[in-house]
Amino acid sequence: MDMINSISLVESIGVQNWTYILVGITFTLYIGIAVWARAGSTKEFYVAGGGVSPLANGMATAADWMSAASFISMAGIISFAGYDGAVYLMGWTGGYVLLALLLAPYLRKFGKFTVPDFIGDRYYSNTARLVGVICALLVSFTYVAGQMRGVGLVFSRFLEVDINTGVVIGMLIVLFYAVLGGMKGITYTQVAQYCVLIFAFMVPAIFISIQMTGNPIPQLGFGSELVDGSGTFLLDKLDGLSTDLGFAEYTQGSKSLVDVFAITLALMVGTAGLPHVIVRFFTVKRVKDARKSAGIALLLIVILYSTAPAVAAFARTNMIETLSNKSYATVPEWFKKWETTGLITFIDKNNDGLIQYVADKNKNELVVDNDIMVLANPEIAELPNWVIALVAAGALAAALSTAAGLLLVISASVSHDLIKKIINPKISEKNELIAARFSAVVAVCVAGYFGINPPGFVAATVALAFGLAAASFFPAIILGIFYKRMNKEGAIAGMVVGIVVMLYYMLKYKLGWFDEVTPDKSEWWFGISPEGFGSVAMLLNFIVSITIMKFTPEPPIEVQEIVEQIRIPIGAGEATH
Amino acid sequence: MEKNNSKAYWKENIKYLFILLSVWFLVSFGAGILFKDLLNEFKFGGFKLGFWFAQQGSMYVFVILIFIYVKLMNKLDKKYGYDK
Repeated sequence: MDMINSISLVESIGVQNWTYILVGITFTLYIGIAVWARAGSTKEFYVAGGGVSPLANGMATAADWMSAASFISMAGIISFAGYDGAVYLMGWTGGYVLLALLLAPYLRKFGKFTVPDFIGDRYYSNTARLVGVICALLVSFTYVAGQMRGVGLVFSRFLEVDINTGVVIGMLIVLFYAVLGGMKGITYTQVAQYCVLIFAFMVPAIFISIQMTGNPIPQLGFGSELVDGSGTFLLDKLDGLSTDLGFAEYTQGSKSLVDVFAITLALMVGTAGLPHVIVRFFTVKRVKDARKSAGIALLLIVILYSTAPAVAAFARTNMIETLSNKSYATVPEWFKKWETTGLITFIDKNNDGLIQYVADKNKNELVVDNDIMVLANPEIAELPNWVIALVAAGALAAALSTAAGLLLVISASVSHDLIKKIINPKISEKNELIAARFSAVVAVCVAGYFGINPPGFVAATVALAFGLAAASFFPAIILGIFYKRMNKEGAIAGMVVGIVVMLYYMLKYKLGWFDEVTPDKSEWWFGISPEGFGSVAMLLNFIVSITIMKFTPEPPIEVQEIVEQIRIPIGAGEATH
Repeated sequence: MEKNNSKAYWKENIKYLFILLSVWFLVSFGAGILFKDLLNEFKFGGFKLGFWFAQQGSMYVFVILIFIYVKLMNKLDKKYGYDK
């Protein structure tokens, strides 16, 4: 007994030391880059001076985009949702096609610092600008709270500190390099963070793929035969295991067709409308570079996104085989370790000492949190300690890079769009830079507060962020570029209606604010879930915008000329005030 | 002259967008969602084809689409003298 204890002690110290070493090295790297790339002007602070190469911008965009949710949660969600998980895969990558073809080149040509900047100038109205600022703040704050929580979670699990201490450490790091470096510092740290996170995601995936199928490429591995000599394909085996336990077939899923369609569309359009993603395309030199870096960004994102469903299928098969109908007394050590975090729970309902994992909620005895699938995967597959530690460093890189990008949007919205453009246009560049840094500090503190005291609806708010972006920014920007006749009355009315309807639907059907109990899915409009409702709200925005426009005066000639200018790629001077 | 040039450029650009976005729609919403069950009748290695499009294929096509767009637009810019 003593012998076993001391062996497991040595092992657990091993993982922890590895984690300290890897997290320590990566954090030093981020801070070093931030000191090297600190911002000296507002232009460097907002758009990194506008001279970032397409490759660096592509890497930074990818890191910015892939959050704690992509890194930690997505594979787990797919693992439990099977086919339905495709809504995230297609939704969060397909949006880049819209971004590259319909938005990025034109917004780069327009050459401003922020998304509300575009809205305000294109619709020649500070009211429109203000609506843009409010949307940007709403979207970014809901998103950033989740990131800080992710940082806290990783720290607490891997370094065994309190979640709140973890959040504070994360805050300090982000504060340091976002406030000092602005967009310039963030861009180059994100390049490093992309490398860390993709390495950390791929290494365990490759190990497990080899273990289970003998194929080192996970994307091919999960369509291969198992190595156990049975000659069965992994996915067929998983379909069988799932139906045996009463779940839907893994490759079929259980959501309705219309809902899968609506969610995918909402996530795609929402992705293309997220300010922290759009603003990245203001940092490159030319229109040409904006197109190219969108392609590079998506390629780098798809490396992780195409691996995630493979990890999902491996992990699910592994989990069922390791735990289903096994005696609780003999479960592996990782099970007990994760049990203490509350992310795995087992209640022996029929007192037979075996783990019943089935679809029937009354008989099911095992509840496994989504996040475990990535975090515990290396342990489940018995991979070396350094791989387990690597996952911690990767998850932190994913969470920190996204948090930093969001904080920058928040600080630019306040210091540039609100203070410089609306409240005090005469502010000097030096004071604007101070205001930008100060708002970044405030934003970090607010984000940290939400990280420590997460509102109960954090998970719900991520879907809300996409819905809001889809319902507000996307139509306003598209119409602004592709429809010269679109005027301020139409755009403002469309954005307001889009957001209000989206908020109402979320509050009613997701959070249940207006009823005793949250109404169930039989009451959804057109059978569309709150996650997918962004597509309906977006359509509504388009309809309202165009209808109102028909009855109101057309935009001034100068504005129509701006639109013509946006459409041709030359003369995309530097970003200016 | 300058005005006609930019009009013609824009028209060709819209044509490219229309074609590329049709493919975008077909692989994701078409093959991955609407016609998934139909395509699942076919197998591609160990993958049912509809499932493969939804969780793999559509993403690969997205990447290729953007790079085709980059190529086409660079050529178009040159044709209309917008590449300087």
